Amino acid sequence: MLIVEDLQVKLGDKEILSHIDLEIRPGETHILFGPNGSGKTSLLMTIMGYPQYKVTAGKIFFKDEDITHMTINERARLGIGMSYQRPPSIHGLKTKQIVKICSGNEINVNTLAESLNFSDFLDRDINVGFSGGEIKRSELMQLIAQNPDLLLFDEPESGVDLENIALIGNTISRLLERDHRCAPGKSVKETRKERTKMGLIITHTGFILDYVTADKGQVLYEGILACKSNPIEIFKQIKEIGYEECVRCAT
Amino acid sequence: MCAMRDLDAKAREAKGKKAAFGQDIDLESFSSDNPFHEAVQDIGQLPENERERMLMAGIDTRPGVRSGTYLQKDGTSVYSTSLQEGLEIIPIKTALEKLDWVKEYYWKLLSVDTDKYTARARLDLHNGYVIRALPGAKVTYPAQACMYIEKDGFSQNVHNIIIAEENSELHIITGCATAAHVARGLHVGISEYYVKKGAKLSFTMIHHWAEDVAVRPRSAGVVEEGGLFLNNYISMKPVKSLQMYPTVYLKGKGAVARFYSLLVGSPGGELDVGGRVYLSAEETRAEVISRAITNGGNIIARGDLIGEIAGVRGHLECRGLILKEGSIHAIPELTGKVDGVDMSHEAAVGKIAQDEILYLMSRGLNEDEATATIVRGFLSVDIPGLPAPLKEEIDRAVELSQQDMM
Repeated sequence: MLIVEDLQVKLGDKEILSHIDLEIRPGETHILFGPNGSGKTSLLMTIMGYPQYKVTAGKIFFKDEDITHMTINERARLGIGMSYQRPPSIHGLKTKQIVKICSGNEINVNTLAESLNFSDFLDRDINVGFSGGEIKRSELMQLIAQNPDLLLFDEPESGVDLENIALIGNTISRLLERDHRCAPGKSVKETRKERTKMGLIITHTGFILDYVTADKGQVLYEGILACKSNPIEIFKQIKEIGYEECVRCAT
Repeated sequence: MCAMRDLDAKAREAKGKKAAFGQDIDLESFSSDNPFHEAVQDIGQLPENERERMLMAGIDTRPGVRSGTYLQKDGTSVYSTSLQEGLEIIPIKTALEKLDWVKEYYWKLLSVDTDKYTARARLDLHNGYVIRALPGAKVTYPAQACMYIEKDGFSQNVHNIIIAEENSELHIITGCATAAHVARGLHVGISEYYVKKGAKLSFTMIHHWAEDVAVRPRSAGVVEEGGLFLNNYISMKPVKSLQMYPTVYLKGKGAVARFYSLLVGSPGGELDVGGRVYLSAEETRAEVISRAITNGGNIIARGDLIGEIAGVRGHLECRGLILKEGSIHAIPELTGKVDGVDMSHEAAVGKIAQDEILYLMSRGLNEDEATATIVRGFLSVDIPGLPAPLKEEIDRAVELSQQDMM
């Protein structure tokens, strides 16, 4: 379980998140909506542990441990993984090498790459000259190799062409154990109960909702979380009345 | 022998002549007295500690992995054997005595009076090698040459001539190392490369010196029509003072030269390394690429392309990474002498980007592991045309250097 308690975060001198409360139980996936600059990426980066995001108040717990001051790699080892929107390029580090790093050498990189239509990129330097969609597929490949329990997705559908959006959406759905296939001899309900993976997905366009079912949606607006509700409903409202009105109405 | 006397006369005049670049070395503080070394019958039987030191410089003494070996201890050639038809390996002193044709290649690309180091290599020549691939010979396994300093305070003065005859293919790995007990020394090495029509030569030099060793290679090469010269240089171990600026003349149509240097500067070390290429014939191409990392040393990475004819293409790339203290000075130079030359350069000096470290940490590596991974990536340069065994040696040198850097 991830628990974010009354979190307050500064980036430089500027307070960018205030009084954030969030709880993601095992098996739950949450969608985070919000306009540009509302602090969505900052929240993900803070949960991941990026040191430039200074927690000035509040706490973050994951799997019953206080991770508020843990380093990024400690959090990664505890089971938090992130798919970045704009990851850095690293010259000389091949995509297949970073996938191996993620898995601790325990994965067949070639098979994994085939499943994401990404074999041609394995020998390319990671993220160097990748298009938006290529970055997403590379990030997904790394997450699958890493196999975390809490998956943070920063706009997984942005820059992805129509041909690949289904591939990406369905892969995320499978990663979050939400692909609705029943385990042999079990009901849908039982299968759902067995879910352990937690997800927090930032979306701008909402396209991802066509592929991934989510339990809750929330809107982050000017550093404040609001409107906890059914994600599809929220998305509809945002489309109809806009973020500002949506948040006003809820508070 | 008149020509030799002329060389000596010129050399004597340059005995005190300072070099254009690099710290001035007091030659008199090193001994040129060559200690006795017995000839080696079987390099596989060398003492294990020596074989290990040599292996770090890419010299592999196991049977079956190299097409031939030249080994010099201090000033003495102790082993010189070719195992492949079409490949000749001869100590240069023997060659100059017995083979008239060798004189056609001796001091032809470099001037003996360039500076005090070239002068010393003529006036006090210990030995060196001539390695030649005969016309059409494809020497697929690399040949290797090792310059080993065993006497502390020794000045090792060598001259090497490398010839890839027409349409031949030759790969050489040359490793320079000191015995474990050697702290101080000087290596003066002259190398002249001849890549003839349609020939391919790759020359990979791995230096594995000690902290108080000064190194002054003086190298030049010529590439004829359709020839390819790959020159790789790796110096990742501490060295006190290293300065070299090899020059290649692309004289024949379509000739290609590529320089790749991987440099690590340790505290107290001064490295001044460059590559210069004259593009003097139609359709010639050149590339000078260097990667420099310092954790306390001062590095100057030079590159110089001179385009003398329209239609030539060249690129320089100097990238430097400052891990801790120290400095990196990238000096890329381009000279176009006519219109229609196409030459470019890129240079970048900086520290490791924090966002790259954090990205890798979020994949589970700790900070040191992440840094090491980025450094390894920085140093991994794809060298087209380099055979796998040489690529492995370079990778190994990079791997070994990591232990010192971190």
